[in-house]
Amino acid sequence: MRKALLAVVAAALLLMPTVLFANGQSDEKVIKIGFNIPLTGDSPKVGEGTKFAAEIIKEQINGEGGLEVGGEKYMLDFIYVDNELKAESAVSAAYKLIEQDQVLAIVGPDTSSRAIPAGQVANDNRTPLISPWSTNPNTTLDRPFVFRACFLDPFQAPVAVKFADSEFGVEKAAIMYNLEDDYSKTLAGLFKDSWEAINGPGSVVAFESYGQKDQDFSVQLTKIAASDAELLYLPSFYNKVAMIVPQAKDLGWDKPVMGSDSWGSADLVKLSEGAVKGYYFTTHYAAAGAKGATKEFIDTYNAKYGYVPDDVGALSFDAVNIVLQAIQDAGLTGDLKADRVAIKDAMTAITSYPGITGNMTFTPEGDPIKDAVVVKVNDAGEFEFVANLQP
Amino acid sequence: MFSTLLQNLFNALQWGSFYSMIALGYCLVYGVLRLINFAHGDIFMMACYFAFFIASWFLGNLAGMPGPIIFGLTMILTMVATSGLGLFIERVAYRPLRKKGAHRLYVVITALMLGFILENGNLAVLGASSRRFPDMFGKIVFQFAGVSLTNYKIIVIVTAVLAFALLNLIVNSTKIGMAMRAVSYDKFAIPLMGIPLNRIITFTFILGSSLAAVAGILFGMSYPVLDPYMGMIIGWKAFIAAVVGGIGDIKGAFLGGFILGFIEIIVVAFFPSSYKDLIAFVILLVILSVKPTGFFGVAKSTKI
Amino acid sequence: MDNAITLVNKKHINLWPAVLGGGALIILGLVLGGVINQYIQTVLMFIGINIILSASLNIVNGYMGEFSCGHGGFMLVGAYTSSILSVLFFTKSPWLGAPLLPPSSAVFLFPLVIIGGGIVAAFAGLLVAIPSFKTRDDYLAIITIAANFIFVSLVNNLEFIGGSRGFMGMKTTIYAMEDVADLPFTLIWTMVFSTLSVFLIRRLMRSTFGKGISSIRHDEISAEIMGVNTNNMKIVAFMVSSGLAGIAGGLFAHVLGFINPSSFNIMKSTECLVMVYLGGMGSLSGSVLSAVVFTFLLEVMRPLQILKWVIIPLMLILLMQFRPEGLMGNRELTDIFPKLKPYFKRRDL
Repeated sequence: MRKALLAVVAAALLLMPTVLFANGQSDEKVIKIGFNIPLTGDSPKVGEGTKFAAEIIKEQINGEGGLEVGGEKYMLDFIYVDNELKAESAVSAAYKLIEQDQVLAIVGPDTSSRAIPAGQVANDNRTPLISPWSTNPNTTLDRPFVFRACFLDPFQAPVAVKFADSEFGVEKAAIMYNLEDDYSKTLAGLFKDSWEAINGPGSVVAFESYGQKDQDFSVQLTKIAASDAELLYLPSFYNKVAMIVPQAKDLGWDKPVMGSDSWGSADLVKLSEGAVKGYYFTTHYAAAGAKGATKEFIDTYNAKYGYVPDDVGALSFDAVNIVLQAIQDAGLTGDLKADRVAIKDAMTAITSYPGITGNMTFTPEGDPIKDAVVVKVNDAGEFEFVANLQP
Repeated sequence: MFSTLLQNLFNALQWGSFYSMIALGYCLVYGVLRLINFAHGDIFMMACYFAFFIASWFLGNLAGMPGPIIFGLTMILTMVATSGLGLFIERVAYRPLRKKGAHRLYVVITALMLGFILENGNLAVLGASSRRFPDMFGKIVFQFAGVSLTNYKIIVIVTAVLAFALLNLIVNSTKIGMAMRAVSYDKFAIPLMGIPLNRIITFTFILGSSLAAVAGILFGMSYPVLDPYMGMIIGWKAFIAAVVGGIGDIKGAFLGGFILGFIEIIVVAFFPSSYKDLIAFVILLVILSVKPTGFFGVAKSTKI
Repeated sequence: MDNAITLVNKKHINLWPAVLGGGALIILGLVLGGVINQYIQTVLMFIGINIILSASLNIVNGYMGEFSCGHGGFMLVGAYTSSILSVLFFTKSPWLGAPLLPPSSAVFLFPLVIIGGGIVAAFAGLLVAIPSFKTRDDYLAIITIAANFIFVSLVNNLEFIGGSRGFMGMKTTIYAMEDVADLPFTLIWTMVFSTLSVFLIRRLMRSTFGKGISSIRHDEISAEIMGVNTNNMKIVAFMVSSGLAGIAGGLFAHVLGFINPSSFNIMKSTECLVMVYLGGMGSLSGSVLSAVVFTFLLEVMRPLQILKWVIIPLMLILLMQFRPEGLMGNRELTDIFPKLKPYFKRRDL
């Protein structure tokens, strides 16, 4: 037994450096991009969206013989690392991609609680990072190497208020948000501020929260239904929305509900069995009636994976393409450190980019300026374009 | 105001029913084996998925059958499937450890690990998309005196009470129930009396898993979005409920579930909802400080 | 008593400081020589933090025989306290503006900030220690879980430290230290603190206090009859355990540079539990070994993505089947390799 244990310990100790040091040494003609995404944990669907969108790009470009940079063709090599939706895991994942896998740039993490610490790592190590879906201002603040492909929370909330004000003409709103999710909480707070700026203090009559793992929302909804709110703002992840909206209807809520970009998933209508039909939400693009490159992406994705991509899929598609565009602009020298800085400079230099989620121009902080789209869930369960808005 | 209160009473009864049914599963296994079966929350999750697949299959292949019949068939098959899972876990993971005389907390850790496997195995096999539980019979919303009730809500509360009554009958008035109580009283003397210990344990796991199955179906109907991690927190909280009621006593577990349900709902009804966990758990701490063995627990005497 | 033994065995040199200190110096040399990149450094730091976590939880769950499953909560208290102190003293804080002390003084005062987090966490441990006078076993387990939920929920509601949006700015302190001397400070302090924690626990468990704590596991009533003040023992055990968890939390916060309450929820506590029981209840070497193995497995299995969280639990279950007492049981290194014994003090590890 002792010998066996000794052998196991020794083997583990020997194995440790070998595995940790194992650098995937590869040919020269490869562009390595890392993905720091949640494939397990509470929202594996988000990571899946990013991964699938990236796979589409990879297959297309590698199918054409690679990406052309400075007259030479480079094959794409995408490395997906699971961050388990944990901050510490996102940090070590970022280090792994930067140090072990020696990637040129990182895409992800998708959500802010992971993107903020991982962005710090990328910035400290001078590696460009673009988050497809982190809407918190802190992600890119004072970090020249960190970018994003989506608009920010302080942009989205006023847009929603502006739209609700003109569309419904109501004065009293209720808000329900996820206490443990910084995205939902931030948006709820900002919506409250903007709403009260227009309709006067006290016009948000119910400001209720729930926990990340809650499944029963009946008390909060009873409170909301009993208040004189005329509109419910629900900046929640779509799988929560699919539970909250039917429960609200059971409790007698029959007034409009408005949502945020986290509603943007094909699963929303399926999971709520159509309970969300007729409601509006602010988002990055409208899948129904899309044209050109957007439609092409949606069709490819749908054909390959069997469902219409979520918003995060489309944003990831743009994020990856921005990185590739920057690589093409910057050219490759083979010196990793210089290339990373050059890519960052090239990304900063991209002032306008025609993405599938709209035309974007970048601010010096690395944040895109683009229109928010308001979509309506129509009777067919599609997300129908309603308006393009700026606050 | 009164109608809100009444509405919240029903909300609490419904939510408490789920805690109760899951807590009973913890309590049964705990009573017999002194094992905190942390996999129970995930067995409940698997029960939801079993019910999802079985109900979807029936609805696809036996279209036109009346809802209650499909519901009954689904219930029976889900109970069989979930009991099978519970038994499999018992046989493969817990029993060998018991035989080796492992410290009970190692069995608890094994249970935790099994929970991880069930959650992530499910995620790996079924993919990242959440599932929508099918409607077996139409949801009807009743309105009276400002209170909204659905037929689901009533079914849930009634079933929970019935399940408890049945369990109480089994434990207190049948021969095997007597044997279960005997095992929980003295695990070493009982085999000497000619009572087949392993058969009793098997039966206990069947009972516990069946309760999880009933809870799973009803949960799927009431909160129809299924994801692999749905059983985790509700499982932990149901365990807390079982302990607050006095783990080892099925009356305690049953009431503990409702107590926790009521505390959670009342806190949200009267305080800002963001303080839900904070206040609810402070109340629990106070309860346990005043009654260190829960409401019905009698320190290390009769269990079950 | 301790001194007496040392006097008797004076010719046995205590090798532990040399081994651990030497190991730390080698790692430091490798880091400065550029052999170990930042990724491996990060993994080493997480290993150090996990060593503190599992060893400290072992005091309560192993030596004292209780079942505490709220270790993440104390980690949270320590993480937030030391982060707030660090931001307040050494950086431009959102509350007071200018740093209270010159940022460069962080080089010397950083450990105090971490220890401050540990002290506050130790007092948070009283929340669990005091009910433990009357409550035992699974009822106490519930109190620890409840404490975990309470801490997380409390921070979620504290807007001035960001609530669920999280708290950041600790990296600035680290940068201020690196401006003074270009050393991997977080790594150094993580190694120092984890070594010290292991020492502290070892000394504690060999002292009369430690014997008292172990006596609670064996038979609380007899212990009390023999004159052991079990309530004192419980307070010491819980406060040391949660205090060290707080230190681990402080280090964790400074390694990450960003913390939010959900990083310290019941899942974190579960990980701590797994490490303790994987190593073996009441075995300090076991806790250290399992922290290393567990952290390492989590990193190495990363490419497996989803399957990682199926395979690791499966491995642990199999391990439990073959070694139902954890990797080391309640034994220490010297019990397995008796030849090592002369190098340690008698009745030592």
